Formats: sequence, C-alpha cells, structure tokens
Amino acid sequence: MLGRRKTGLDEKSNPGVDRGTMDLIEEHPILDFPRGEKVSFFFDGREMEGYEGEPIAVALHANGIRVYRETAEMHRPRGFFCAIGKCSSCFMVVDGIPNVRTCITPLKPGMKVETQHGKGCVPEAEE
Amino acid sequence: MKTLSTEILVIGGGAAGLSAAAEAAAAGAKVLVAESDLHLGGQLVKQTHKFFGSKDEYAGTRGFKIADILLSEIDSCKENVEIHTNTTITGFYSEDGTFTAMRGEEKYFHIKAKKTIVATGAQERLIPFPNNDLPGVYGAGAVQTLMNVYGVVPGKRVLMVGAGNIGLIVSYQLMQAGVEVAAVVEAAPRVGGYWVHAAKIRRMGVPILLRHSIRKAVGDQVITGAYITALNDRFEPEGEETYVDCDVICIAVGLSPTTEILSQAGCKMMYVPQLCGLVARRDRTMKTSNPDFFTAGDASGIEEASAAMVEGRIAGLSAAADLGYPTEHGKLDEYWGRLQALRSGEAGARICQGLECVLVNRWEDVSDD
Repeated sequence: MLGRRKTGLDEKSNPGVDRGTMDLIEEHPILDFPRGEKVSFFFDGREMEGYEGEPIAVALHANGIRVYRETAEMHRPRGFFCAIGKCSSCFMVVDGIPNVRTCITPLKPGMKVETQHGKGCVPEAEE
Repeated sequence: MKTLSTEILVIGGGAAGLSAAAEAAAAGAKVLVAESDLHLGGQLVKQTHKFFGSKDEYAGTRGFKIADILLSEIDSCKENVEIHTNTTITGFYSEDGTFTAMRGEEKYFHIKAKKTIVATGAQERLIPFPNNDLPGVYGAGAVQTLMNVYGVVPGKRVLMVGAGNIGLIVSYQLMQAGVEVAAVVEAAPRVGGYWVHAAKIRRMGVPILLRHSIRKAVGDQVITGAYITALNDRFEPEGEETYVDCDVICIAVGLSPTTEILSQAGCKMMYVPQLCGLVARRDRTMKTSNPDFFTAGDASGIEEASAAMVEGRIAGLSAAADLGYPTEHGKLDEYWGRLQALRSGEAGARICQGLECVLVNRWEDVSDD
C-alpha cells in the first residue's frame, strides 16, 4: 500500500522476459510494424535487444521491464505512463545523463540505460 | 545560441498542426513545424479504425492513413516547410518574442516567428485511487503508442477505465493486438462513446460495466490486479468490491488541453467545461487575444480529430493571410461550414455550447480583466 518503503527496488522488480525474446505483436489484422535494425543495449548491466530508433522505454517494455525509476522521497516505483514526454514517469539515467525522457528518446546501439534512483546526478561537464 | 527564424511556427505535428502547416505552406508562407515526438502524425498514427464525419475529413479512411495523406500534402509544398521532430518547445519569452526549444535532451536553441499556431494537443487525465502511480497504470494514449506505433504487447490482461470513445476504441485495438480485455468500467450510467464502438467490443464478449469504477490497484512493484465496485447515483461506492486479475489498468477518463505556451504568450484564457479545460479565447480565424498567436485542435478544446484538422486549416489560412499571402476568398466560410456539419450531432451540441462562451466576435468588446 501507499507509504514509505523500507527497501527500494530489488531483483524482483524487473524480472524481464527470457533473454532473446521480446513481447512483440507479430501479427496484426491492420498494421505492419516497420522496425529498425536489431541492436543490443544495456539495462542495469544486463544486455538486451531492441530496435534502433524506437523509444528506449518501448524497448524496455518489450523486454518485460516495467520499473524505470524510484521516487526520491517515498521510494515508489515508476514506469511507462504518458508516452509523449510530458509526465516524467519514465525518467532514467541514459549514458550517465539523468532525467532522460525515455519514452521519446530513440534507442541507439550499446546505450547504457540505468534505473534512476531519486533525482539522479548530473555529471561534471567535460572540459 | 543558434536562432532559427520562420514566418509561421506550428507547435505540434498532429492532426491540427499538420493541417495548419499544409494550408499555410500552400498559401506560400514559410512554416516551421516543431514536434516533440520522434515522428509526425500525433494521435492519428495510432488509430486503426475508419473515421466517421464527412468525406472532406477523410471519413471511411483509417486514422493512420489520414496521417499519410496529410504528410504527402505537406510534401507537395516541402520547399516551404521545415520539420523538426524530437523537438520540444519549452517556453515563450514575450519580452523579445523568443521561443526556447530543445532537440532531444541536450541541444538547446531559439526560434523566432512572425506568427505562431499552437496545436499542442492534449494530455491524459488521471483519476485518484490507491496505487494509481504503480507501473502498469497507463494512459490510453500510451497503450496505443506501445501497441499501434511500435508493435509492443502492452500486457496480458487489461482493465479499461472509461467507456468514452477512447476507452472503447482502445479496448477494441487491444483485442486486435491479441490482448485480453477483462472489462470496461464506466462511472456514468451510460456509454459515453459512439454506440457502434461499444457494440463491437460487446460482440467480442467484453463486459461494459456502467455505474462502476476502480477502487484500488493491487501490486507491490507493478500492477497485478484491481478492485472494482458499483457506484450509486451519487457516484459513491456501493456493495462489495470485485477483484479483477490484470497487469495493465488503462486510463481513458478524458483529456485536458495543453495550453502553457498560450498562457505564456499572454493570450486570454477561459475555463470551459464543455471543451474540457482551460483554453484560449479565439475569434473565427482561430486567432487569440495575442494577434500573433493562433490555436487549433485539442489545444483549443477537446474534440475529434476531424474537427482538429479543419481548425488547423483555418488557423493556417488565417496566419498566412495575416502575413499578406493571398488566400482564396470564401475559404474561411467553407471551413466553418465543415465544422458546423461535424458538430451537428449530440457531442457537437456540447462543443457548440462551449464555443459560445469562448468565441469572440470583436476583440474590442472583450474587457481586459
């Protein structure tokens, strides 16, 4: 129920689907899904597959990942919600940058996507 | 910082924005379309059903095909149109008339425009219930994006909250995608959407529970179920709660217009329940109280995509005309005729009531407060 949690996210939060499978719609009576090239990326160090150019959040969802971040105060899990870059639910750390709107940020090969805990940390600017 | 300049900035590349861009570009104006999503088409690209309305607004054509039609229209005057996807307009500074824009998460720049058409669409509403923040509670638009744009299965079993057109259509789309819909709950005593959509999902065996609502979502880290309950005529829960096994709770309880930019531009705003929220006052040309800003589509009041497209055309036509581009005489009246036809039904009567409050005949007559 609602309330402060003693423990945050754990292994059970994001079991995911079996490696090498994705929750994809294979046959649709009306739509075709033109997909980009299949690429691999990393979610919290786990290698996963997705399609280049699709939003990161969509690739994660297809891999069975539902929890994308944990809130700062109440440590509540957050995931996909609006899918139009407006609600901040799907903020994650992508290649070291926190608060990335993963629902409208395209997936690139080798991306390192991490669960965001709290507000995240902005990396020091490079010289 | 880089500054892009254009004659007409269209914010939003959905049904209204694309129509506005096509119309203005055809009249000869230079148009820049800024779209926050990765691709154009807005909600149109997520619609698998054939549209109603009139032939002028592509009745009988599936939504995603209508997006293609608009895009090819824009392509035919592409020398006048510059498209920026993955680009969010983050603010408007009236001191010097500058828009701030962001491409992706990292690249910031400025835009200056002589006229601006705000076709920013809408955002999903949410209703309060315990655990409504858990992953698995998704807006109806998000579910459509997952399954109809990217072909990803949103879940195994879905509880739909809301039996308006969106709730009904998305229920049907879920079944098209092979996902089970446990039930549709609707707090009102009757179905809000078109009967034909309701009939389709009833024929497929999905219960539509009127006078019912969700009491709470169940789940530790993610949604694993929900409790629903009947409501009395004061919308209070009545009787026992029923458990529904589901991993997605799809929220289709309505939309609110997205109007921040209009407020920042100092446009006179008005809360109009029939248009589902705060919207800009506008005249027949879709011009707001700030003569350089126009509004169209869901941002000007929640209505169907067909009407959004006509409003977009009106805004595009008017903005181009204000810049001195010759436009066909009588076109504005023709577009208003089309709107009237689209608004002739029961839902349209409500829209017309709302418009009566918000529509301005002469700006001189509008007081300053």
